[in-house]
Amino acid sequence: MARYKGSRINPQRFERGQIKIFLAILPLAIFMLLPIIFIFCHAFKPMDELFAYPPRFFVKSPTFDNFRDLFKSARASGIPMSRYVYNSIIVTLAVVFLSTFISSLAGFALSKLKFKTKNAIFEINNMALMFVPVAVMIPRYLVINGLGLTNTFLAHILPLISMPVSLFLIKQFIDQVPNALIEAAYMDGARDFTVYTRIILPMIKPALATGAILAFQQAWVNIESSNIYINNEGLKTLAFYMNSLANANNSVAGQGVAAAASLIMFIPNLVLFIILQSNIMNTMAHSGIK
Amino acid sequence: MKSGRKEIRRLEKSNRSAYVFLAPYILLFTAFIVVPIAIAIILSFTNFNTIQFPKFIGFLNYINLITQDEVFMQKVLPNTVVYAVIVGPGGYMLSFLLAWALSQLTKGPRTVLALIFYSPSLTSGVAMAVLWKILFSGDQTGYINSLLIRLGVITEPIIWLSDARFLLPIVIIVGLWSSMGVGFLAMLAGILNSDESLYEAAAIDGVKNRFQEMIYITIPTMKPQMLFGAVMAIVNTFQNGAISVQLAGANPTPNYSAQLIVNHIEDYGFIRYEMGYAAAVSVALLGIVYLFSTISKKLFKED
Repeated sequence: MARYKGSRINPQRFERGQIKIFLAILPLAIFMLLPIIFIFCHAFKPMDELFAYPPRFFVKSPTFDNFRDLFKSARASGIPMSRYVYNSIIVTLAVVFLSTFISSLAGFALSKLKFKTKNAIFEINNMALMFVPVAVMIPRYLVINGLGLTNTFLAHILPLISMPVSLFLIKQFIDQVPNALIEAAYMDGARDFTVYTRIILPMIKPALATGAILAFQQAWVNIESSNIYINNEGLKTLAFYMNSLANANNSVAGQGVAAAASLIMFIPNLVLFIILQSNIMNTMAHSGIK
Repeated sequence: MKSGRKEIRRLEKSNRSAYVFLAPYILLFTAFIVVPIAIAIILSFTNFNTIQFPKFIGFLNYINLITQDEVFMQKVLPNTVVYAVIVGPGGYMLSFLLAWALSQLTKGPRTVLALIFYSPSLTSGVAMAVLWKILFSGDQTGYINSLLIRLGVITEPIIWLSDARFLLPIVIIVGLWSSMGVGFLAMLAGILNSDESLYEAAAIDGVKNRFQEMIYITIPTMKPQMLFGAVMAIVNTFQNGAISVQLAGANPTPNYSAQLIVNHIEDYGFIRYEMGYAAAVSVALLGIVYLFSTISKKLFKED
């Protein structure tokens, strides 16, 4: 037997040795993919296929009926679907923008500026990586109530903005920006904020993209805020509405509508990830906790 | 020139403008993470029904949690341990093995497969619970039932999501299915960026196969990513526990069969309004997460 030459990480060409790996992970990949294929198929099934016995996994003659019913049921409930869509877009955009912006400001300070409590703050943030938001839903409710934020958009937005993971990843990425560049700028008389906008921001786009998608994933599907902090139906989000629809519809006919609703929640997430995936992988390379 | 030098000195010593940059983050971090944790700890020592002012009762909530709460000790805690041990380390090892396998493929197939493994975690939380409700629906027209009847495994349809025997295993399967999240991506990136010369050197030093290579080179060189992945896995595991109530459609779950610690908090907090007691359970949860994370740090910390 030829001596083992060492496997190649990130090979450029296909080699026979890779066939074993494909054989090992393909069945798992198919298993992982099946539920997602199913939800796609189910959302497009016409009524007779939803009721078919025995039930069929794949859709035969796809229609948009379920989506049409979904919009109709929204109109029937008194609040138009467009209202929930609008609320969700505003909330999600605000969270994505503010969270990424604030994390990058803090990440710049923690990475490149020198001050006394720097290490302590970074350590606290590292500890907060293990923070589990569901554990404090009650105290958070008390905070939001105390600040008088119940029944406002801010109740959706503010709790999601400070994301320890996002700050951590952005800070680690800023560490890679060469200090020489920054020192040169200071020599030219630049102020901290100029360094941040002119040098840091343009160089950390992959990390910003990653922070943005993590924030999006939190905000877009968040139903906790609509559930607990908001009583006014007109201020609740699409995720909440879709979820209540999915729970209310236990009939077979309702399943198609519920599947359509889940798909609407899932697609933007997936598309955004596909668009940004190379940025994310780039950022994740610096994600180690040392 | 003079001012430039002053700027550098400022950069090297104490820079007050750093706090201006940090202020917005710290403000929100304090308001929505630190203060809530502090409130949870304080409330856990009180009796609070949301109407009257909290009454201080010392460690009574914790004592009750351990000695009086039969549901907690007999159902919630064992369920949580079983669920967390399988989905946490199980999902974590699966993430690592998959990341390791994917790193040995060419870019095209690797990207597609990584997307397939990652996309279930996009569905995490309750948004996709409906998917499992349809697949596991309890009559003979349900997909799983119909499949098993046709294969001859069962003769009568099983009401999966109301059956105390099956609910927890289903919750675990769903948990594992969606466990390849941010940690998985971090580990994949970590392996892809490891130093290739190490692998060549190891082959010369007598490493014989891919498995030895993984144990002696891959894991030691990417400990920091392994730790990040572990922390993310622990957090996601506990955070996603809410799925069991979504699947069962009721809190408490039938016969408390899939009652996890997260559901127990909701049960006492938002259904019975015993906020003090719920806060004690929350603190216990944060403590458990902290314990697991500390253990992972011991395992992966670089000396």
